[in-house]
Amino acid sequence: MRHIISLLMENESGALSRVAGLFSARGYNIESLTVAPTEDATLSRMTIVTRGSDDVIEQITKQLNKLVDVVKVQDLSDGSHIERELMLVKVRATGEMREEIKRMADIFRGRILDVADKTYTIELTGPGTKLDAFLAALEPSAILETVRTGASGIGRGDRVMKV
Amino acid sequence: MADMELTGAEIVVRCMRDEGIKHIFGYPGGAVLNIYDEIYKQKDFEHILVRHEQAAVHAADAYARCTGQVGVAIVTSGPGATNAVTGIATAYMDSIPMVVITGQVPTAAIGQDAFQEVDTIGITRPCVKHNFLVKDVRELASTIKKAFFIAATGRPGPVVVDVPKDVTQHKCVYEYPRSVSMRSYNPTSKGHAGQIKKAAQMLLEAQRPMIYTGGGVVLGNAAEQVAELARLLGYPVTSTLMGLGGFPSPDPQFLGMLGMHGTIEANMAMQHCDVLLAVGARFDDRVVGNPKHFAKEAHRIIHIDVDPSSISKRVKVDVPIVGEVGQVLDEICKHLKAGKDKPDEQALKAWWAQIELWRSQDCLKYDRNAAVIKPQFVVEKLYEVTGGDAFVTSDVGQHQMWAAQYYKFAKPRRWINSGGLGTMGFGLPAAMGVQMAHPDASVACITGEGSIQMNIQELSTCKEWKLPLKIILLNNGYLGMVRQWQEFFYEERYAESYMTSLPDFVKLAEAYGHVGMTIEKPEDVEPALRDAFGKYKDRLVFINFLTDPRENVFPMVPAGKGLSEMILV
Repeated sequence: MRHIISLLMENESGALSRVAGLFSARGYNIESLTVAPTEDATLSRMTIVTRGSDDVIEQITKQLNKLVDVVKVQDLSDGSHIERELMLVKVRATGEMREEIKRMADIFRGRILDVADKTYTIELTGPGTKLDAFLAALEPSAILETVRTGASGIGRGDRVMKV
Repeated sequence: MADMELTGAEIVVRCMRDEGIKHIFGYPGGAVLNIYDEIYKQKDFEHILVRHEQAAVHAADAYARCTGQVGVAIVTSGPGATNAVTGIATAYMDSIPMVVITGQVPTAAIGQDAFQEVDTIGITRPCVKHNFLVKDVRELASTIKKAFFIAATGRPGPVVVDVPKDVTQHKCVYEYPRSVSMRSYNPTSKGHAGQIKKAAQMLLEAQRPMIYTGGGVVLGNAAEQVAELARLLGYPVTSTLMGLGGFPSPDPQFLGMLGMHGTIEANMAMQHCDVLLAVGARFDDRVVGNPKHFAKEAHRIIHIDVDPSSISKRVKVDVPIVGEVGQVLDEICKHLKAGKDKPDEQALKAWWAQIELWRSQDCLKYDRNAAVIKPQFVVEKLYEVTGGDAFVTSDVGQHQMWAAQYYKFAKPRRWINSGGLGTMGFGLPAAMGVQMAHPDASVACITGEGSIQMNIQELSTCKEWKLPLKIILLNNGYLGMVRQWQEFFYEERYAESYMTSLPDFVKLAEAYGHVGMTIEKPEDVEPALRDAFGKYKDRLVFINFLTDPRENVFPMVPAGKGLSEMILV
């Protein structure tokens, strides 16, 4: 099953490699991983999307908690949560396709950030499935380049992860 | 005076003093020259110069195992650090508290592929509890304090502190912190009261109970509590390789070691019990064999461990209790004593009768009248001659298993071996660490001719420090455990497991300034051991016992099989 795990860790050099190293050493898979400092500059917040049986996910959270630099771990999939991912996609936009692609971007509430003679660069935010859907809606040969951030997640309602 | 500035090198040495360290094992080199200059000037601790960095780390590790204090090793950058890695990984796998100071090239040179530069933090990351690169001398003292704190608390483990050379030159005001508080590191010490109550109840309901103890009992200083609980209930006890001595082996309630080379009674009782209390043990592959086979029987399992990630990792448990094993066992005993319920006497009687039936097969019997020296015989004689009270280190292989099976450890911290990583070459440097910690104790290193050659250079360190170790070499001419697997599972194709051109071990021992003997006949075994611990009490004695080359370790549970699928002879 897919799980989205949030963690707060000391913003120290090498902290990311401890997490990445743990996943590779123990054979856990990482679908995506995002990390950046929080409002408290001494802390980094990381969101990891992974897949595994309940036993594996239990081990992943325990092993993450065991890392000395990790302050808090939460499996967001345990409750309702919001997740968002940002994608930038460069598409071929020539002739009548130019209008068509603009319309498609509007439907998906994307924004065109850059316009060139033969291309558009579109920004799109949403759950990963929405980004997938947008790409599927485009003519494959029109897609020149994509870059995705991987999911960031946060709990809904009063659920707060803080030190 | 109070705010006088010290160099980083002086700070390292002061930290060791303030931490109460008495012995440090190490090897100098370019990046740690400043630190060694300060070591030269001080008198608070002794530095033991080894002949290879791996030995420094093993010695510090064994020092920690036999005393319960944090062991300390110091090595230089680059090859010093990489040579130390096997030692660090050994300590990590067995959860040994240790601080290793590694030199590093100056901060400005880091990443420049400088002379003797390696990414020590990167290389050691997967085999340490934690590691630190100190880039600012003002963080040196607090980092070292944290290192000792992390190494010793929770589930213990090795911590590496990597110190660039310029940091050892820079100056700042020294103050050793009295305490440490880290928001990201707060190991659980007290077990959950509700779970403890549930555990006590479940233990009383048992028809076929079993207590399974591991290295955590030794590391957590919980031998007394295990004994109290076992006596209170009258339940059988088994132990892992790492837990030996955590419950007195000669005690009738002790069924011997379990696992791949465990006794019939321990393995069968483990497989067929209905309530299992696991204490500081982790159900690893050498202990329960195939976890699916183990789970076929309906066990209810209580698992006490200080490390939450050890619980339900390989085997699902019913009552997990995270906490220090001694504290949790104390609480369980309190509950049992306060309540009126007693174990089911009838059921327990029947269970013991079954166990005695298994025990009556006498699975550790061997030919005591053989014309050749049986390795088991040497270990039994060693047990007799030392009155069962020696510190015994071992290397890895058949001799290690025979030592575990035939030396009946009665006290914790007497049996020092590399269980998790299985590091050949551990035994001799480990014995040095033990003898430094206990100068007057009898220390024996049970080894094989393969293992001893992996750190043989340390005979020189032993001479320098006049360490009166007794090296018990069970020399069968083969890498015995490899040979045994080849005999059983590879149709006797003995690929590279026979060593020709072994050195003359007597001359070798003598070349290093020690006493050497070769013993070929069973009747000479005991006199040789008596001489080693008597006439040559103050000397290192290296006894080369020529043992039966075809002897195998039994019982044996083949890898991947279940505990009740033992090969007996």
